[in-house]
Amino acid sequence: MGVQNTFLFEVATQVGIFAALALGLNIVVGFAGLLDLGYVAFYAVGAYLWAIVGSNQGNVAFGTEIFPLAPVWFFPFLVVAVGVAAMTGILLGLPVLRLRGDYLAIVTLAFGEVIRVVVNNLDKPINLTNGPQGIRAIQRPPLFFKPALTALGVTVDDATLYALYFYFLVLLIIGLAVVITRRLEGSWVGRAWTAIREDELAAQAMGIPLVRMKLAAFAAGASFAGAMGMIFGAKQYFINPESFTFMESIGVLSMVIVGGMGSIPGAVVGATVVTVLNLQVLKGFSLLLNQLRGTGVVLPIINYPLAQWPTQLDPAKYERLVFGVLLVIMSILRPQGIIPERRHQLELAEGVPTPATAAPVTGAGDDD
Amino acid sequence: MTTEVLLDCRQVTKRFGGLVAVNGVDFSVERGRIVSIIGPNGAGKTTLFNVISGFYRPDGGEIWFEGRRIDGLRPDQVAARGISRTFQNIRLFQNMTVLENILVGMHTRVRASAIQVLLRSRAFLDEERALVEEAFRLFRFIGLRANPNELARNLPYGEQRKVEFARALASKPKLILLDEPTAGMNPQEMAETTQLIRRLRDELGITVVLIEHQMRVVMGISERVTVLDYGEKIAEGPPAEVRRNPKVIEAYLGRGAALGSAD
Ligand SMILES: Nc1ncnc2c1ncn2[C@@H]1O[C@H](COP(=O)(O)OP(=O)(O)OP(=O)(O)O)[C@@H](O)[C@H]1O
Ligand SMILES: [Mg+2]
Repeated sequence: MGVQNTFLFEVATQVGIFAALALGLNIVVGFAGLLDLGYVAFYAVGAYLWAIVGSNQGNVAFGTEIFPLAPVWFFPFLVVAVGVAAMTGILLGLPVLRLRGDYLAIVTLAFGEVIRVVVNNLDKPINLTNGPQGIRAIQRPPLFFKPALTALGVTVDDATLYALYFYFLVLLIIGLAVVITRRLEGSWVGRAWTAIREDELAAQAMGIPLVRMKLAAFAAGASFAGAMGMIFGAKQYFINPESFTFMESIGVLSMVIVGGMGSIPGAVVGATVVTVLNLQVLKGFSLLLNQLRGTGVVLPIINYPLAQWPTQLDPAKYERLVFGVLLVIMSILRPQGIIPERRHQLELAEGVPTPATAAPVTGAGDDD
Repeated sequence: MTTEVLLDCRQVTKRFGGLVAVNGVDFSVERGRIVSIIGPNGAGKTTLFNVISGFYRPDGGEIWFEGRRIDGLRPDQVAARGISRTFQNIRLFQNMTVLENILVGMHTRVRASAIQVLLRSRAFLDEERALVEEAFRLFRFIGLRANPNELARNLPYGEQRKVEFARALASKPKLILLDEPTAGMNPQEMAETTQLIRRLRDELGITVVLIEHQMRVVMGISERVTVLDYGEKIAEGPPAEVRRNPKVIEAYLGRGAALGSAD
C-alpha cells in the first residue's frame, strides 16, 4: 500500500479523533448548555494515563520495573481512561457547576490551563510526566490479527498496519460515541440536559436535580475525551504538554459550533470540515503555491509574479485567521450551524388514536 | 370532603435585605380545595410561592406538606414530593417541542436508569412509550390546538400558557401552584382556563392554589381566598366575605384599584 494511502488514513483518523471529541463536548455545551473552555484537560488526562503506564515513564515515576505494560493492556486501560476522565470531570464539576454562564467558562478555561501547567511541571519532585520533554515510546494496541494476516499470506509493514488499525479503531469508537449520544439524547437524560440549557429554573421546578445532571453531562463529555486522548497518545507514539493547549479546546468548540450546537451529525460534520480545512485544504493550497512559485507563473490582470510571493504569507500559516474568518462568516450566515439541532418528532405507537390536531399554528413567533 | 391539611405554612417570613417580602404568614390548604391568594402588586404572593417550591429558603417559619417538613429542600426535591408550579411570566423550554416540554414535566416519575437508557432495555422502551402516550393524553386534556411536535417558541401566547399547565400536570402532582394563570388572556381564554382549573380538581383530584388578579376568576372558582398586603396576611375566608372586608377594600383602594372593578 502506498504512502499516499496511509496519509489519507491518518487524516481520517485525525478527523475521527476530533469527531469523537466534538461529540463529547457537544453533550456538555450543545445539550446541557454548559460552556466548557477547558475540555482538552480530559483529553490530556486520558493521554497521560496511558503514556505513563504504557512507556518506560512508569518505571521512572514509580521506581518499578514493570512498565511499559504489554500492548494487551491497551484495551482494559481504555476503560480505565474513560473512568478516570469521567471522575476528573466530576471532581472539576463539583465546585464549579454552581457557577453560571461566563463564570463557568472562565473557571473551566483556567482548569484546562492548570492541567497543562501541572503536566508541564510534574517532572519533579517525582517525575510523573517528564515535563516539557514529554513521554516517548508509548505502547500501541496489540496487533492481535497480525498472525492471521501472515497466515493468509498478506504482508504489510507495521507502519501501514498501524495506520489502518488506528483508523478502524477510531471509526469503531465514533460509531459507539454516536450510538451513546443518540440514546442519551432521545431519553429523559437528554431531555433533562436540554431543559437545563433552556431554563435552569424551570428545569429545577420540574424536579430535575441541577447539580447531578450537570455533573453527569460533564462526566459523559469527559469520558469521550479520556478515551480519545489515550488513542491519540498511542497513535502519536509521543506526547508532550504542547498537544493540550487552550487552542485545542477552542478548536473542538468551534467544531461543535460550526457543525451545529446540540446536533449529533453536526458535531461529526463540524469536526470533518474544520480538520480537513486545517490539514488538507490550507496545506494543499500552500503546496500548490510553492509549486507555482517554482514554475514562474505570473498572476494575470494584476501582473504579479508568484515567485515574489513571500513565504510568510503561506495559507497554512494563517490557519487561525482562516479559522476565525470562517467562524465569523458562519455566525452571521448560519448561526445554527451546518446541520442545526432538530428535535425529535414523537408519534404515538400503532393503534393509539392520535389527538385531533389542526394545522400547525402560525403567527405569534417569538414573544420574548 | 375530608379536612386533611395538605400544605401548612407556619409563620413564614422571607426578607430581601431590609425588605420583608413575606412577613410571618400562616397559610394552610386542605386537600382537594381550590384556593386563591390575592393582593396588590408587590404584596409578596410570588415570593410565597417561591418559598413553598424551594426556590427561596424562608428566613423564619416552617412549611409542612403531607405531614413532613419541606422548607430547606431544593426545588427539585419539593417537586418530587408532589408540588408542581407554573410561573408568572411563562417559562417554557423554548427550543423543545410541546411534547418534550410535557415529557420533561414527567421527570420525577421516570424509573428507567441511565444504564437501561444506554442499553435501550425493554423496561426503558416500554416506559418511554407509556410516557409519550400519556403526554399525548395530557395534550388533549388541556385542549391544546397546536402541533404537538412544534417548538414551544412558535406557539401563540395562550397556547404557551396551556403548555405550561400541561407540563406542570405531567408530574401527577398532589398540589399545583398557579401564578396568575390567566394573565394576558382574552375573556374567552380566561373562561376556558377557569374551566380547566376546575377540571384539575374534579377530574384529577389535584389541590390548587392560584395567585390571581382577575376578580372574576377568583370569585368564580375559589373556595377560600387569602389576601396579602405588604407581605402580611390581612384577610382570609370565603370569597364573598373577603370582598366585603374593609381592610381588603382599603388595601386595594389605597392604591387606586377598586376590588370590584374587574367584574
Ligand atoms: N429576588 C428578589 N430580590 C429582591 N427583592 C425581591 C425579589 N423578589 C421579589 N422581591 C420584592 O419582594 C416584594 C414582593 O414581590 P412579589 O414578586 O412576591 O410580589 P407579588 O405579590 O407577586 O406581586 P405581583 O402581583 O406584581 O406579581 C416586592 O417588593 C419585590 O420587589
Ligand atoms: Mg407575582
